[in-house]
Amino acid sequence: MPVQVTGEIQAVHRVGAYQAMTVRAPGMAEGVRPGHFVAVAVGGPGSAMLLRRAFAIYRADARGPYGSTIEFMFAVHGRGTAWLSEQGPGARLDIVGPLGRPFRLPKEPLTATLVGGGYGTAPLLPLAAALTARGCRVDVVLGAGSSDRLFGVLEAKRIATTIAVTTDDGSAGERGRVTDVLPAVLAKTRSELVYACGPMGMLRAVSDAASEHGVLSQVAVEESMACGIGVCMTCVLPVVGDDGLTRMVRSCVEGPVFLGDRVRWDAVGTVPSDAVGAPAGGHR
Amino acid sequence: MSTRLGGVDFPNPVFTASGCAAAGQELAQFFEVAALGGVVTKSIMLDARSGRATPRMAETPSGMLNSIGLQGPGIESFLAHDLPWLAEHGARAVVSIAGGSVAEYAALAARLRDQQGVAMIEVNISCPNVEDRGQVFACHVGPAAEVIAAVRREVPAEVPLLAKLSPDVTDITAIARACVQAGATGLSVINTLLGLAIDTDTMRPVLGGITGGLSGPAIRPVAVRCVWQVHQALPDVPILGTGGIRTGLDALEFLLAGASAVSVGTVVFGDPTAPVRVLAELQAALAERGLSVADAVGLAHRPPVAFLPEGPDPVGDHQGDEDEQEPPTTPADAAEPGMPPPHLNDSHPFR
Repeated sequence: MPVQVTGEIQAVHRVGAYQAMTVRAPGMAEGVRPGHFVAVAVGGPGSAMLLRRAFAIYRADARGPYGSTIEFMFAVHGRGTAWLSEQGPGARLDIVGPLGRPFRLPKEPLTATLVGGGYGTAPLLPLAAALTARGCRVDVVLGAGSSDRLFGVLEAKRIATTIAVTTDDGSAGERGRVTDVLPAVLAKTRSELVYACGPMGMLRAVSDAASEHGVLSQVAVEESMACGIGVCMTCVLPVVGDDGLTRMVRSCVEGPVFLGDRVRWDAVGTVPSDAVGAPAGGHR
Repeated sequence: MSTRLGGVDFPNPVFTASGCAAAGQELAQFFEVAALGGVVTKSIMLDARSGRATPRMAETPSGMLNSIGLQGPGIESFLAHDLPWLAEHGARAVVSIAGGSVAEYAALAARLRDQQGVAMIEVNISCPNVEDRGQVFACHVGPAAEVIAAVRREVPAEVPLLAKLSPDVTDITAIARACVQAGATGLSVINTLLGLAIDTDTMRPVLGGITGGLSGPAIRPVAVRCVWQVHQALPDVPILGTGGIRTGLDALEFLLAGASAVSVGTVVFGDPTAPVRVLAELQAALAERGLSVADAVGLAHRPPVAFLPEGPDPVGDHQGDEDEQEPPTTPADAAEPGMPPPHLNDSHPFR
C-alpha cells in the first residue's frame, strides 16, 4: 500500500553522471520490493510543475539509523530533475511510494541474468541480492553510453557470479551494446530467467534475446507518467494479456515490470488496431 | 459543510473531477472516498475504448495537456465492478457519461436508469459528434441541448443531471441556458481548454493526439470567470465548479463566484490526498469568515458598498431624531438575492 509522506533528504551524492538521493520516508521502506518506484513532487509547495517524477527505488531501509529511508537514482533531464538536483540534506521532499508491481522472484533457485542500462541498474542491485538470498545464481550485464553513465559495477561484482560491461564509446568494458554480449552470456551461463531495466530500445532487444534463448524475461519499463498511481491513463503501452488480447495497460500499476514477451514492442507509442477498444486502423 | 445540488444533499461540497480519479479505487489507497461530497467518475462510454496513442501528456506551466481519448472498459464493466465498489465504500457516485452520437448518450442513460447508487449523472458533452463531422456537442447550442434532452428522457426526474460545459465557446451562458431548458438540473463548469504543445527538438507536436485538453491551476481564472457568468445568467441553477483547484481558498473562490460544489481534478495527479486537504482547508476558510457553504455561494456577486453623495453629513441632519433612523438590521426575508444573510453583518470585515 503506497503512502504519501513529506520527508527530509538525508544524503545526496554524485555517482558519475547521476545523483543518488536518500530520503527519510516514514512507513514506506517496509513494503518495498525490488522494482517498486517512488513518485516525487518537484518545485516545492505551490510549484508550477504539477506532476510527480517517477524513479525506481535503489535501496530501502526500514530500520536504519534514521528510521525508514528510501534511496533512488536520477539524472538531470529537465526542469523538474534540475530542481531536485539542487536540493540538499535537510530539505523536505513530498514522496509517494512504494508504487507499481515489483519483479517476481522464482520459486526455485534458478540461474538468472540481470541486464541494466545506465541508472536502470538501480533496481536490479537489490533484485540481485534477493535472488542470491534465494539460492539463485546471478550474472550481470551492464551497459551505458559512456563510463560515467555506468552504474553499480562494483556492487554488482560483489553479488554476481560473472559480470560483463559494455559502453557505446568503449570508455569502459567492451565497445557496443549490452545485447551484443547478451546472447553469449545467456548461452554460457545457461540462464533460465532474464531481468532487465533501462531504456525502451534496450528492453526490446533484451526481451528478444531472451526469447531466442528460450527463457522468460521480466523488464521494468520507463514510460512518462503524470500520476504514478493509476488515475491519469497517460503511461499506457500495448501488452498482451493471459487471454491473448492486447490492451493498453498502465505501466504505473500493471507495471512497471512486465513479461518481455507480452509487450508489443513494435507497437509501443501507438494503439495497434487489434487492441481492445481500438478504432479501425488503430492510432498511429 | 453540506450542500445541495439539483435537489440532492451532499455532506460537503468537495468532489473529484471526471478523468482525474478513475472510479475511486486508486485514490482509496490514500483517503476514504466516502469523506468527499462525491466521486465523479471518469467518463463512461458504451463500449470498451483503447484511447489514443502516446505520448498522452505534456506538462505545461501550472498545468498539463492531456490527450487520453476516453480510454475505458465500457458501461457493462463499469456497472459490474466500479459502481458496486463505490456503493460498498459509501461514496456518492456521480457517473460521467460520454458518447459519439445522441443515440449513444441516450443508450448510456437508459443503462443507468435502474442502477442503485447513482447520485447524479454528469454528461460530458465535450465529445466529437461522429454524425456531424466531429463537431463537439458542447460547442453548439443545438447539439448540446439535443444530448441533454435525450439523456433526460431516459432518466427519472429525481436523478439530477449535470451538463459539463466547455469554455471553448463564444458565449458559455447560451450553451448553459440551452442545456437547462433541455432538462439539465445543474451545470459542471468547466471542462478543459483545447491546447497544443510543440517539442522544439523534434519540431513536432508533443502529443500523439496533436491537440489536448489544458487543465490545472493555469486555467483557474478562466473557470472562475465561466462560473461567474453562468451564475449571473442563471442564478437558480446549481453549479459544480471545476478548473485548477489546488487549495481550500481556490475552492472558496469558486463558491463565491456561484458554484454550490467543486471538483478537484488535475492537482490529484501530483497530490493524491489533495481532495481531502482541500476539503479541510475550505472548512477552515469558511469558519474563519463565519460562512456556511450556502452563504458563500455567489457571494462575490453582491452589489458593491454604496455611499451617499458628497455633501453635508447626513448624520448631522438627523441628530436626536431617533424616529427617522433606519432599523439597524434588515430582516432575513427581506434580504436581496445574492446578499449575505443578516447574521453575518457583524462578523465580516467588509460589512
